[in-house]
Amino acid sequence: MAVNDLIDLNASPALGVPARARRVVILPLIIFVLFALVPLAGLWGSQGFVLSIVTRIMVLALAAMSLDLLIGYGAMISFGHAAFVGLGAYSVAILSSHGITDGFVHLGVALSVSFVFALITGAISLRTKGVYFIMITLAFGQMLYFLGTSLAAYGGDDGLTLASRSTLLGSKLLKNDVVLYYVVFGFLLGAYLLLRGIVASRFGRVLRGIRENPVRMEAIGFAPYRYQLTAYVIAGMIAAVAGCLLANQTEFVSPAYASWQRSGDLIFAIVLGGLGSLHGAIIGAAAFSLLADILSHYTEHWALLFGPILILVVLFARGGIGGLLGSKS
Amino acid sequence: MTLTLALVQILNGLQFGLILFLIAAGLTLVFGVMDFINLAHGVQYMVGAYFVAAFTAMTGSFLYGLALALPAALGFGLLLEVLIFRHLYDRSHLDQVLATFGVIIFLNQAVKFVWGAAPLNVPIPDALSGTIEIADGMLYPVYRLVIIAVGLGVGLALYLVVNKTKLGMLVRAGASNAAMVSALGVNIRLLFTIVFGVGAMLAGFAGAMVAPILSVEPGMGDNVLILAFVVIVIGGIGSIRGAFIAALLIGLVDTLGRFFAPTLLKLLLDPSTASQTGRAIAPMLIYILMAAVLFFRPSGLFPSKH
Repeated sequence: MAVNDLIDLNASPALGVPARARRVVILPLIIFVLFALVPLAGLWGSQGFVLSIVTRIMVLALAAMSLDLLIGYGAMISFGHAAFVGLGAYSVAILSSHGITDGFVHLGVALSVSFVFALITGAISLRTKGVYFIMITLAFGQMLYFLGTSLAAYGGDDGLTLASRSTLLGSKLLKNDVVLYYVVFGFLLGAYLLLRGIVASRFGRVLRGIRENPVRMEAIGFAPYRYQLTAYVIAGMIAAVAGCLLANQTEFVSPAYASWQRSGDLIFAIVLGGLGSLHGAIIGAAAFSLLADILSHYTEHWALLFGPILILVVLFARGGIGGLLGSKS
Repeated sequence: MTLTLALVQILNGLQFGLILFLIAAGLTLVFGVMDFINLAHGVQYMVGAYFVAAFTAMTGSFLYGLALALPAALGFGLLLEVLIFRHLYDRSHLDQVLATFGVIIFLNQAVKFVWGAAPLNVPIPDALSGTIEIADGMLYPVYRLVIIAVGLGVGLALYLVVNKTKLGMLVRAGASNAAMVSALGVNIRLLFTIVFGVGAMLAGFAGAMVAPILSVEPGMGDNVLILAFVVIVIGGIGSIRGAFIAALLIGLVDTLGRFFAPTLLKLLLDPSTASQTGRAIAPMLIYILMAAVLFFRPSGLFPSKH
């Protein structure tokens, strides 16, 4: 599969192991310390604006990181990943609209629903290979999108405004933007450590082995299907968590969260950051959001610039920003 | 009464399916021959509709508009091929998906920039604007029948070209083993440019044909693209016959599902729940169908790769 040349892990053989190992630790450390310090921007008086932007970036990064487990580490190009974000967001909105506002319930339901959806759609999609897989995940994503648009009781096309953010054991703690910020930060950090552990584990090595050569992995006794399905389910559930957080941040859900354009955005973000690198996904998500924000600040026709930039990145900047920084984990 | 209503729905489904076929035909051949996944195929459909709207407004006649829109759509497709797609053939599927996604983002905005965000209307040509009585007291628009006839005609022509001519033989051979065809001395790049141009024009043609009965608006190609993907996945990538059968299947299931799901559910549920669940389930039917087909045949109904 030609994906391999894009995510060549032996990118810098000249780089000594200690230097590489240091970079793999230092760059993520810098990223998370920066994220942790952002709310201090309040000292200079622009907290609300910066907080909301960075919260959104972290939510996007969470979803992008989970997709990177599939595309970067598993060579499973899912074009329907936003569907899981939608599932998470609608779990919050639908439960809230029925008066169940507890965040832990929201999270539990989002995780269970996304688990079931990922298991079923993954089980079917992974029977296929290559481009069929891309199209099937795309179609399953759209299926959920259209389900969202036809849920007249929950806003249909127009989406649904939340009465309030999730409550935590009865308290309205999340109403405070700084608290929400650190909750999102906590989830991002937790997911990062979890995924790092997964990638480095035996499971992760098998997954990367399947990416490089599924036939050989099968020959030495691993069943690719099971490993891929497990990764698919994990990634889906993490994206659903991102959906819960997104609904809380915007206090609004809409089928657009699950649309295939959003799935494309996620892929763009991880390619921008450099495939197969978890902190690259975070950098990519940040770069993607800032690019979109900056362009839309200058012109309402920002997509006229955004599309060509995307094409140019694909054609010329292989390896993304992470590639430029020379960091591959 | 119900029977004639069903007949109307079947005709609508047929017409929808044939439009899908026009779009899916190019997509499946391009993918089959060049292993190139082109998300921007849907915008060809949109661009075709915009071209016909613009040229019809300019010339005052739908027929002239259509006659101008077809070569314009062809030229536009070839332009995209030369500028962007040509550089993607040797790249990974992921690169192809992303870059063509960028093309969609750009063109959806570009038509908004040129023609505005408001939907455009194209009048149905006078000669075809009437209705015909297809059953007792049941009128059906002539124009939709024309779409069905034209779609069947194009389908037949494609079938003959692909199955009975030398060019078609090369296309089929390319779909089943491109490297071998190239090794046998066929200029596969030229072959592909032809296939690509025809595919782009067919998608543009589909957009032009539906312009009078749908509103022409930015993003109109996106949903159609997904449906075309469903069609070629069910039909088997690279297979015209598969695309034809799958397109009709999807067109009929989708149209009839939307019509009958609420009605059938009324037998089980109370009317308001039934109509709500029906409307929620109906758009999912084709995806469930696709999942079912792929569960039993992971390479679609008529796989062409060996």
